[in-house]
Amino acid sequence: MARSQETVSAGGEFDRDWESRLRVFAKSDFVRGFPYWFVPFTIMGIAVYGGIGWNVLLSLTDYEGFGEPSFSSLDFEMYSQALADPAVYLTAKNTFVLLIAFTTVSLVLGLFLAVLLDRDIRFRGKIQTIYLLPMALSFVVTAQFWLWMYNVNNGLVNTVLGLVNLGPYNWIGNPQLVLGSVVFALIWQFSGYCMVVFLAGLQSIPDDQFEAAKMDGANIYKAYWRVILPQLKSSSVSAAVVLMIFALKTFTFLFAMFGQYRVPNGTDILATLMVREAFKFQHWAYAAAIATILLVMSLVVIAPYLYYQHKQGSL
Amino acid sequence: MSNRQNQFDGDSIAQRLPAIDLRRLSLYLLIAGFFAFFVAPIWTGLVTSFKTSEAVTATTPFVPALPGGLAGLLNFVIPFWDPFSTGFTTAKWGRALGHLSRGFVNSMAMAVPATILDVLLGSMAAYGLTMIDWKRKLPILVLFLIGIFIPLQAVLVPLSDFWTNILPLEEVLAPVWALPMLQVEHARLLELMITHVAYGIPICMLLFRSYYNTISTELVEAAKMDGASITKIYTRIVLPLSKPMIGVVLIYQFTQIWNEFLFSLTLIGSSSSPVATITLILSGMGADISGVDFGLRMAGAFLAAMPTLIIYVLFAEQFAKGLAEG
Repeated sequence: MARSQETVSAGGEFDRDWESRLRVFAKSDFVRGFPYWFVPFTIMGIAVYGGIGWNVLLSLTDYEGFGEPSFSSLDFEMYSQALADPAVYLTAKNTFVLLIAFTTVSLVLGLFLAVLLDRDIRFRGKIQTIYLLPMALSFVVTAQFWLWMYNVNNGLVNTVLGLVNLGPYNWIGNPQLVLGSVVFALIWQFSGYCMVVFLAGLQSIPDDQFEAAKMDGANIYKAYWRVILPQLKSSSVSAAVVLMIFALKTFTFLFAMFGQYRVPNGTDILATLMVREAFKFQHWAYAAAIATILLVMSLVVIAPYLYYQHKQGSL
Repeated sequence: MSNRQNQFDGDSIAQRLPAIDLRRLSLYLLIAGFFAFFVAPIWTGLVTSFKTSEAVTATTPFVPALPGGLAGLLNFVIPFWDPFSTGFTTAKWGRALGHLSRGFVNSMAMAVPATILDVLLGSMAAYGLTMIDWKRKLPILVLFLIGIFIPLQAVLVPLSDFWTNILPLEEVLAPVWALPMLQVEHARLLELMITHVAYGIPICMLLFRSYYNTISTELVEAAKMDGASITKIYTRIVLPLSKPMIGVVLIYQFTQIWNEFLFSLTLIGSSSSPVATITLILSGMGADISGVDFGLRMAGAFLAAMPTLIIYVLFAEQFAKGLAEG
């Protein structure tokens, strides 16, 4: 009897313990804060991860034309088709060239501009505003400006080159020049962004480090090279990731410049190929497969970056 | 005496010349050069938008065309050189406005509510995340961050499938489109708005999060001690404190949505649609078999960029901040 009472009371205690734990949990910040992040998280989750999952699923079907997809037979046919498609190789090659050239030059130019402006200069704020101005414009808008800049007969680029007896070049019509022209225009638009990122990095470096380097007798270039640059590593990494991700998906600028899904071969990249296959030819499954390839390429860039940020403790 | 004085002056100038500093001079020249580099395409576009079609092909691209009398006068004043041409017109701007006004209204109607919703949801998410401990937060945070970076191409086909086959708002909300002032095409605009909201949440969350990390936790802890509810802390303390960041995110996100093109192309498709956004109309404007009407294109480009340009001129600092942190 006494024993059973003991067990009952122990069970009750156990219950109460469990209950109070639950009550504590229910009152915890985790649960009370839950609605705040869960609603936006769900909307974003459905859009991003639901979308990605579905895209992968669709890439396994043979979905094309108008109507609804059928999921009866799933296979990797679209991927093998993509690997055998010369257009995929051409666009992948162009994507890499664009990615490397655009990212490198934008970073170097942005760093140069940041170092240039990171000193006592009159109207510094105004100058910075002008350098960043292209970034505030839509790619549709800047594509129009550069279409006119590159015009064979009347464009500013050929007019200026004409002064030194060069040209005229067909910057957009010539398949060997078009990719370079596009990259140049994109650098024009993005180097201001790199400059802002580097300036923020430079300004967070205490002045006395710079002074110390000077005291040591290092000249100004060496001071930058040895003392300042290594500290800009994290700014460089974030700017590089943003640029590379952009380079992978840049579609709008190309579409707006040429006014159609079919951009010249010389500047056709995976992103334009994907949109063309989907919305011009309604090859949904094939486009989804190309999109998945593009996604994997982006993740290859993002994953190490997030890991690096996590290691740095700046996530 | 006067000779000596002169010599002295000459010496001092010669001594001072290096002090004026070749290095500083070249620095300013370099800055001016880049200034020209960044402004040239925009300036050339602006000048071209005020030229007649004949003047566009006949004149130097970056020299403005002036009204006949003024050009004549200026060329008369400057001897031996006639830089200014006639052929000034504002007609292109009028025509561009005619093309784009519909897109202007559509883009506004879509971008303003989408931006406000994004700011609200982003701030809520960032606030909710500050409430959880690190171990639970990390995976949620990582999922949000990847959401910022994924290429939109990876969700385009599902997106078009979703709004066409799964949840076609044209049919689902059919009674709504029968209301006066609305057409069935507005369903597409609503879909576009929702799409922008969903994909804009991660970046807005990130911007708010970096700001909330800098807010002192003492205030929030004190309010908690006093027994204030989570909602009260949010509406009474956190939101009022985040005013500067709300400004930054509003500006950043509005610019993003206004300038965006790929979603418009995917969901609305044709620039002749009554709900076409401004970027969609601009992308095909002024082109026909005879070629591109550059004057019209440039005027259109400026009209389309106007709201973002005004915002940029007024709030350049906040814009730079949004970029640097995003």
